[in-house]
Amino acid sequence: MFQVRFHGRGGQGVVTAAELLASAAFREDRHAQAFPSFGSERMGAPVTSFCRIDDKPIRTHEPVADPDALLIQDATLLHQVDLFAGLKPDGYVLLNSARGFGELGLADFTARYRGERFRTVPASNLAMTHLGRPLPGAPLLGGLAALTGVVSLDAVLAAITDRFTGQVAAGNAAAARAAFEYVAAETAELARAAAQAKERERADA
Amino acid sequence: MPYERIKFYQTGSFAAGNRLLPADLRSVQSSGDRANALTCGHRACQGCGEALGARYALDAAMRATKGKLIAVNATGCLEVFSTPFPETSWQVPWLHSLFGNAPAVASGVAAALKAMGRPEVRVVAQGGDGGTVDIGMACLSGMFERDDDVLYICYDNQAYMNTGVQRSGATPPAARTATTPAVGPEPGNTFGQGKNVPLIAMAHEIPYVATATVADLRDLEYKATRAMDFRGARYLHILVPCPLGWGSAPADTIKVARLATESGLFPVFEAEAGQVTSATPIRRQVPVQDYLRLQARYAHLFRPRERTDVIARLQAAADRNIARFGLRAGPGQPEQPERPPVPVAPHRDTPQER
Amino acid sequence: MLKQIEGSRAVAEAVARSRPQVICAYPITPQTHIVEALGALVKKGDLNAGFLNVESEFAAMSAVIGASAAGARAYTATASQGLLYMSEAVYNAAGLGLPVVMTVANRAIGAPINIWNDHSDAMSQRDAGWIQLYAETNQEAADLHIQAFRIAEELSNPVMVCMDGFLLTHASERVDVPGQDEVDAFLPPYAPRQVLDPADPVSIGAMVGPEAFTEVRYLAAERMRQALDLVPAVAADFAGQFGRSSGGLVRPYRIEDAELIVVALGSVLGTIADAVDELRDDGIRAGALGITTFRPFPVQAVRAALDGDHRLRRVVVIERALAPGSGGIVTADLRAAIATADGGAPRPEDTIISTVIAGLGGRPVTRKSLREMLTSAAQGNLPPFSFLDLRSDLVTSELARMRAARRSGPSAENLLRDLGVTAVS
Ligand SMILES: Cc1ncc(C[n+]2csc(CCOP(=O)(O)OP(=O)(O)O)c2C)c(N)n1
Ligand code: SF4
Ligand SMILES: [Mg+2]
Repeated sequence: MFQVRFHGRGGQGVVTAAELLASAAFREDRHAQAFPSFGSERMGAPVTSFCRIDDKPIRTHEPVADPDALLIQDATLLHQVDLFAGLKPDGYVLLNSARGFGELGLADFTARYRGERFRTVPASNLAMTHLGRPLPGAPLLGGLAALTGVVSLDAVLAAITDRFTGQVAAGNAAAARAAFEYVAAETAELARAAAQAKERERADA
Repeated sequence: MPYERIKFYQTGSFAAGNRLLPADLRSVQSSGDRANALTCGHRACQGCGEALGARYALDAAMRATKGKLIAVNATGCLEVFSTPFPETSWQVPWLHSLFGNAPAVASGVAAALKAMGRPEVRVVAQGGDGGTVDIGMACLSGMFERDDDVLYICYDNQAYMNTGVQRSGATPPAARTATTPAVGPEPGNTFGQGKNVPLIAMAHEIPYVATATVADLRDLEYKATRAMDFRGARYLHILVPCPLGWGSAPADTIKVARLATESGLFPVFEAEAGQVTSATPIRRQVPVQDYLRLQARYAHLFRPRERTDVIARLQAAADRNIARFGLRAGPGQPEQPERPPVPVAPHRDTPQER
Repeated sequence: MLKQIEGSRAVAEAVARSRPQVICAYPITPQTHIVEALGALVKKGDLNAGFLNVESEFAAMSAVIGASAAGARAYTATASQGLLYMSEAVYNAAGLGLPVVMTVANRAIGAPINIWNDHSDAMSQRDAGWIQLYAETNQEAADLHIQAFRIAEELSNPVMVCMDGFLLTHASERVDVPGQDEVDAFLPPYAPRQVLDPADPVSIGAMVGPEAFTEVRYLAAERMRQALDLVPAVAADFAGQFGRSSGGLVRPYRIEDAELIVVALGSVLGTIADAVDELRDDGIRAGALGITTFRPFPVQAVRAALDGDHRLRRVVVIERALAPGSGGIVTADLRAAIATADGGAPRPEDTIISTVIAGLGGRPVTRKSLREMLTSAAQGNLPPFSFLDLRSDLVTSELARMRAARRSGPSAENLLRDLGVTAVS
């Protein structure tokens, strides 16, 4: 089972994002469950939602306590909410930010995890470019597809076009694709750098 | 010297508009020792009209009662955003019981204060439009009919916002809500429904009924203060735009409220013992489109094509209000009774500067 | 059609396929999405039904009473405070024998106000005379509504379908939403025996005095007895036509050789099933018994499930509501069922029943806590009555205060005071 926890603020589409991920997984013939944790929060308040993906029916209805991945829609939550609670040691984090974890002052923290799995993607900017509104949900899902492969980009795009229509669908899909490419390019870059480092090590030895 | 035109706004603090006034004419909010009845830290959305209205109304009532006030609150946004466990934003004694019973609970509080010989302590009950015009109507009418010594304040944002924007009996025609979606041949809320609770309150011939909006906060303070001049049942109906439910920009809350009055869609008036005693004239009437356009709940009236037919019906409703309450300023209109120029000062028991 | 869909929408679609003619509701979290989806279907013209946005739950139930008495298939939905607010009319609908169907999106009852899930609301109406069905999954929630209309109309008795608020209503899961033709084949049009009709005037709702009131109530009990046969028959029919099992009286899970059986209602059963599997891996012979039909209480079925040839030792009842001063509501019924099933011999004395109050007001019931609690139950260390995951630190100070000074006050606010926050600064 792959479990994702979404953090964001009321009005940012945190619940929709979890539902889209479930719907993408469903398209790939997997079992999925998405649900919000919030109840009475207003616009702007911290909200959480969850998504589970599995190959067999999901029976449990408890909140996700030990996520495999975190999708953080709003970097301002970093200092407000215990975002990383329960994250598995080999977990993934995708943060909506135009800056890297180092720049955000989280380098020490990420050192405890697998650094290449902690990524940022400028999801709000991408959404502004393609959708005209700073809704980071769809691009983050595109990025998650690239980062984890838990769902394919095609499934994410299909879930988006099923949920929305017209320009909203097109804009969200374009933003998701752009984020996928952004993360995939960075992954390739990291791999290249790692390979080069290894090469150098071997040359040194 | 560069020339710059200065606009005077009510900002609710020690801003220019207030400081230029004599001390006894300044607004309640401009006073450093205002009650802050609903203080900061609550969880309302940005630009919430209800939070603004509640703060002004209760601070004025607090001053009018020299701080001897108890508030009863119906379930709704105001209650939920002001008391997130384990915190509270209220600096008045405050009781929330249920959604539909605030008027009766307040009647009980008033009865207890009377029985215990504490007539100086006054009672305010407050709720949203749903809690007032729908589920609370029976208790409200009972409180009016018995003339219980309670000021009831309705914060009208024209839908059930706390549960996610469903239609109430105060939702205007054509507005989109979650239960009146903008689909089908007649999108949005149905015409010919809804109720006017200020008029229903007047029909009870209670001592004082008034309407106000958050666009004219001095007027709101005046009316909350004035209401405390009376003993018995009083009713204050405040239009409070809700950015979330109306789909308006948080920064436009005041503007939207002003356009509601200037279009004639929301008449601002006072009544005593069932008779209208004053109505706020419209300074510059605007077409209803100016008001509707700012709100996504009316977006279907403009896209994909402009629904001139529906807009004309809304304009007709505004025109009816203007005629009915005599809202058109200028010659040929009924005389407006004189009213103290600046609201808060005239109250007998109000210490001007504490 | 197989869909990944929010529970509320799945239920709305299932209700729509059941062709209700009148829908009345009043918004309350977490029921809202169901009613909003139905409202949109009506407004779009996809569902030909009268849709009333009424001014209170009392009006909602009253309007469906009127609609049903006039011969229409009628539906409403509510939760929590709303169910209590309509309570007088809830009893009335049952007394009038009107086959209304209502969804209860289970939520706690205040004060203190709480919008999250437990079963206090539906449990408060357990003696109202309604059949009560509890859904374990969203698939079952959707299916139960279709069955509910059939049960209600065959029996002339209202049916309440309970689904856990948020946990089901707001969860997106895989649901096979039944198609219109399938539902039409399963659910015939409503054909009431008596309706308000000028062609044949009848009086409904007359006063009944001491000479016959007892008999009327006897017949209400008899209808519930009949429901014990009808509910499983309808579920079997449903399984035959739709190819999946939903509804029925009880749902056993791995109980054949179990020495420890967990009894529960609703969506927590899924988490319990996971916990049971883990306990089995630990070598504890655990099982679970889901009670799908809580009213009428399926005495025989419960007894049969707990009465295998194994030597049952322990039953743990997970209660999603608290009956202050009495304890567990489900426990009481279960105890009675075990003690004397109709005509059966009393259970051996050695069955130990424990009540565990869990998941009140949205407190998550986690597999981890269940597993710890059940492990201690298997070791004989579970007290007869306990609360799962109770924050004892919070209650201890308030208890001390209560011992020291007998002064009244709402406990939520007293806790606030202890936390250093008070309503008046
Ligand atoms: C008996 C009952 N029914 C329904 C509810 C759910 N409920 C709580 S607040 C609310 C809507 C409040 O609307 P309104 O009074 O207009 O206040 P607003 O939130 O818009 O300020 C509803 C429907 C409830 N708490 N109790
Ligand atoms: S939903 Fe509307 S009324 Fe409620 S807090 Fe937000 S702006 Fe205020
Ligand atoms: Mg409202």
